[in-house]
Order: sequence, then structure tokens, then C-alpha cells
Amino acid sequence: MARHLIIGMGAAGFSAAETIRQHCPDATITLVTEEPYGYYSRPGLAYLLTNELPQSQLFPRSEQELDRLGLERVTGRAVCLDLQARQVVLEDGRRLSYDALLLATGAAAVPPPFPGANLPGVVTLDNLDDARRILRLARKAKTAVVVGGGITALEIVEGLRAQGVRVHYFLRRDRFWSSVLTPEESRLIERRLTHEGVQIHYRTEIGQILGKKDWRGRVKVAAVETKDGKLLRCQMVAVAIGVRPRLELVADTPIQTDRGILVNERLETSVPGVYAAGDVAQVVDPLTGQAQLDVLWPVAVAQGRAAGANMAGVPTVYRKGVPLNVTRLAGLVVTLIGAVGRRREPDGDLVTIARGDSEVWRGIPDVLVVHDEHEINRQRLVIKDNRLVGAVIVGDQTLSPLVQRLIAEQVDIGPILPALQSPHVPIAEVLRHFVQNGR
Amino acid sequence: MGLLGSLFDYERRRSKALAAGRVVPDSSRCVQCGICSFNCPLGIDVRAHAWRGEPVNGGHCITCGECVARCPRGVLRFEQIPHSLERILSNTF
Ligand SMILES: Cc1cc2nc3c(=O)[nH]c(=O)nc-3n(C[C@H](O)[C@H](O)[C@H](O)COP(=O)(O)OP(=O)(O)OC[C@H]3O[C@@H](n4cnc5c(N)ncnc54)[C@H](O)[C@@H]3O)c2cc1C
Ligand code: SF4
Ligand code: SF4
Repeated sequence: MARHLIIGMGAAGFSAAETIRQHCPDATITLVTEEPYGYYSRPGLAYLLTNELPQSQLFPRSEQELDRLGLERVTGRAVCLDLQARQVVLEDGRRLSYDALLLATGAAAVPPPFPGANLPGVVTLDNLDDARRILRLARKAKTAVVVGGGITALEIVEGLRAQGVRVHYFLRRDRFWSSVLTPEESRLIERRLTHEGVQIHYRTEIGQILGKKDWRGRVKVAAVETKDGKLLRCQMVAVAIGVRPRLELVADTPIQTDRGILVNERLETSVPGVYAAGDVAQVVDPLTGQAQLDVLWPVAVAQGRAAGANMAGVPTVYRKGVPLNVTRLAGLVVTLIGAVGRRREPDGDLVTIARGDSEVWRGIPDVLVVHDEHEINRQRLVIKDNRLVGAVIVGDQTLSPLVQRLIAEQVDIGPILPALQSPHVPIAEVLRHFVQNGR
Repeated sequence: MGLLGSLFDYERRRSKALAAGRVVPDSSRCVQCGICSFNCPLGIDVRAHAWRGEPVNGGHCITCGECVARCPRGVLRFEQIPHSLERILSNTF
């Protein structure tokens, strides 16, 4: 009986386990997880912070459903791979044997680089424990400082606002998420944040975080000092400056890595029988030889399923789809599809990739961009060689499924290019007309 | 038709559309957050349907639209049930 071992019970690990079970009713499937909670929705943590969901609702599967799948769950941290013996060693010394191994260890927040970052009250947001910690601190804190960029930083900002905490949001440069959004889109989000009572500090960086002893003699965050010497009192500091694939387990092994664990289109690493999927994996595109990182839930699910099928002996090729994320920024629904970053503009607030982000969004050169910009509802289409390659849709989402399809199916939109570029006709009208008239 | 009349007409068309509709997910957008299931007044596990990419079929769903409206990711939409299928479904449940 084949023994399948999976490290990490996130989106990729769970999807792989479920797929293996579909193909192999009798196989032993063991999931190792260092988190005590099992399988839950990580993007759902944002809604836990805003009180839109209770913690109990984060779990897509009940204990009974997990039992019915016949998954052995081991709580503990894997610390070492013994590839020769085909075993994984846990922190407590246990050794687990495998025939096929999946590394689905995800990505972790880049630790805050400033002095004072290890004081209690300084937080990042990776997992349920972090979200609970943020909620606990928010109950006592009056004021928080948030630094960083991308979706996670704003999710923390909005979570803290929902908990009634005053928020100072520091941006290192002039605007929010410059690697993906245009200046106008950034401004729209910033205006809304300001309207919600968030105080944005442009061109501001933390120099150090200062602590103070409380009445019980414990040191806690009391203020931040900015690089230009200003002091700002606060009781908590949240940092979201990017994430990195968790490569600890494969260090000092022959498994090849770049920024993530390199895998082929069957999700197999350079060591046969060892697979990787999800945030930790970097899939090499056989056509271009390039490998981009995605930190997206649906991508992790798709990769987990493909890896699981291959582990179960059903040869399956993973094809990278067009990356898509629908998110809420400052209360506005924003859909990002395909290549949307207009310039290769470095992001001052992120030192690596952000959560809910894809490197595909950094954009490609020589594209045509058309906009429809209203106060709130806006569309931006990125076009290359008569094909839609990316889109940003803000506010009204009626167009979003249609645009998603046009991008995924690489439909030739040559015939409507002049109309799309006309300032007098709304993009929505042109596209709808195009599709309704059978292109 | 006055304002009230047109509102009434809108409501009538809407409920007709809803009665003949079913909730269909686009799994590629779903992040399994559970907001849909949490807000369904009938306790239908909409999230599980989204995971499997299956429409919410059957007699329990009252097509109230709560899950469609609350999903933060635009996963769920109403789809008209083809007449043939509607007949089969109403015979089954
Ligand atoms: C707050 C937040 C918001 C997000 N928003 C979005 C969004 O809007 N859209 C989107 O598409 N994605 C979003 N994401 C990202 C999405 O959740 C991830 O892409 C997805 O969870 C990746 O799944 P995974 O299985 O690769 O890794 P994970 O879900 O991170 O699971 C990895 C698991 O492995 C465990 N692990 C790691 N190393 C070990 C070890 N050595 N031993 C034992 N266990 C180990 C970890 O503790 C973790 O539980 C968000 C994430 C967060 C945290
Ligand atoms: S609310 Fe939307 S994203 Fe969340 S589980 Fe339901 S369908 Fe998926
Ligand atoms: S439409 Fe209403 S009843 Fe039907 S699944 Fe959605 S929330 Fe539940």
C-alpha cells in the first residue's frame, strides 16, 4: 500500500490529499501540520478581522468529513528530510516514511527589519494565531501603526478600523501598491482610506519601535520613531512588507530551489518522488523556461490537485491559468486579471511578493492600455497584439466575468480596438456589444 | 406607469427571474472563506458547492440571493434553469 506524506495542511496540501483519496481508496495519506487548527481558509482571516465571520466558520470541512476522507493528521513541525531513507523527521524526533512526498509548506511574512521588531505588540499576518493575536491586541490598543503594501497591509488596516483602533498607515514613497496600480487607482484607494479615518503618512519609514514597561513590568510597544525623527505613540505595529516561500526544509538537500522550490509541470522537484505545490512552489514554464511566483489560493488548489494526481500515479500536467484575484481595497471591490502592472515600477512598501499577488501582474512591455475612469467604477484593459492580456476592474463588477473569459480564451479583439480607444464610447458598451453579436 | 408601478414591475420581474434561477459558482474565484454558507438563511453549505464547482440545485434553496450578494469575490451568480431541467428538478424534489 502506497504511503503518501504531505507536509502542510493548507490549500495545496488538503487539495492534494483529497485528490489522492479519489484515485486511491486504500492508500495511507498522512498530513503533517504545525498549526493546531487543521485546514482553514487563510484569505478568510481578513473577514475574521472585520467581524464578518466567526472563527468557527473558517473551516470548510468538519472533523467528520475529514475523518471520512481517511486522512491521518499529525500535529508537529517537520524539521528535516532524509531523502536517502525516504523519511521526514519531526521536531520531536518522530520519523515518518513515505513513497511519495509533497512539500506544501506555503509562504511566510518577511520579518520586520527595524530595531524593536520583536517587542510584544509587533505583528505580521500569516495564520489564524496571528489573526487572533491582532484581535486580542486591538481590544486594548487605541492607536496602531501599519507599514507595508499590497492586499495584506490594507486587510490589517481595515480589520483594525473595524475593531475601533486609530490607524496610522506609513507609505515609504508617494502612493499605495505602485507595482500593480496606476497613480489614479492608488489615489482612489488612498482617498477612501482617508475618508474612513485612516491617517496616511507618505514618504515615512519606521526608524525604530520603542517599548515601555507596563505596570506588571512587561515591556510593550509604546511608540514608533520615524526615520526623520518624529515620535508617534501607539500600542501596536503591524507589518506586511511581503512574503517568502518557506524553504527551511529543503535547505541542505539536493532539491533545487530558486526563490521557491523549482518543480516541473507535473509538480515534481528535481528529486523523483518528491513534489511541491502552492505558495512554496515555483513552476517552470516549459515554453519560456521562466518561473514566476504566485501567492494565490486558487493557484494553490489547482497545483495541489495536480500534484495529488501525479502522486497517485495518474500523470497530470499542471497548466498555469491566467492569475486572478478579486479583492476589497478600502471597501471597493477590485478584480485583477492577467498582466496589469504598467511599468516595472519598484514597490517601495514591499520587499518581496505580497499575499494575494502574482508576479504576472508586474506587467509586460509594449502594451496598449485603455481606460474608463469614473469616480468609483473604473476599468483598465491591457492589450497586446490584438489580444486582451490583463484587466483591472474597480467598483461595479458586471464586466468582470466577461473580461476574464476574453483574456483566458485569448479572443482576437482587433475589430473593436478603434471603438475601445474612442473617448466617447464606454468600454463596457463596446465589449458587451462585441460578445452579444457573436464577436 | 408611476414610480410605484415601475418599482412593482421591477420586483415582479425580479422574483420571476429568481424563481426560475439557481445559484452557480465560478470556482476559480473562490477562496473558501465561508461567508456564503454563513449568510444562507437555510443553512445550505454554498461553499461546498463552490469547491466542487456545482450549482446549488434542489428544493431547499429559496433563491433569496443572500449568498450571491454577500460573496466578496464575485464567485456566485444566478443562472436561468433551462425549462427541461426545471421540470426534472421540480419532479424530483
Ligand atoms: C491574510 C491573508 C489574505 C489572503 N488573501 C488572499 C486573496 O485575497 N486571494 C488569494 O488568492 N489568496 C490570498 N491569500 C493567500 C492564500 O491564502 C495562499 O496563497 C494559500 O493559502 C496558499 O496555500 P498553501 O497550501 O500553499 O500554503 P498555506 O495555506 O500557507 O499552508 C501551509 C501550511 O504548512 C504549514 N507548514 C509549513 N512548514 C511546515 C513544517 N515544516 N512542518 C509542518 N507544517 C508546516 C504551515 O504552518 C501552514 O499551515 C491570503 C493569505 C492571507 C494570510
Ligand atoms: S463567499 Fe464566495 S469566496 Fe467565500 S466561500 Fe462562498 S463562494 Fe467562495
Ligand atoms: S440563494 Fe439564498 S437560499 Fe439559496 S443558497 Fe443562496 S443564500 Fe441559501
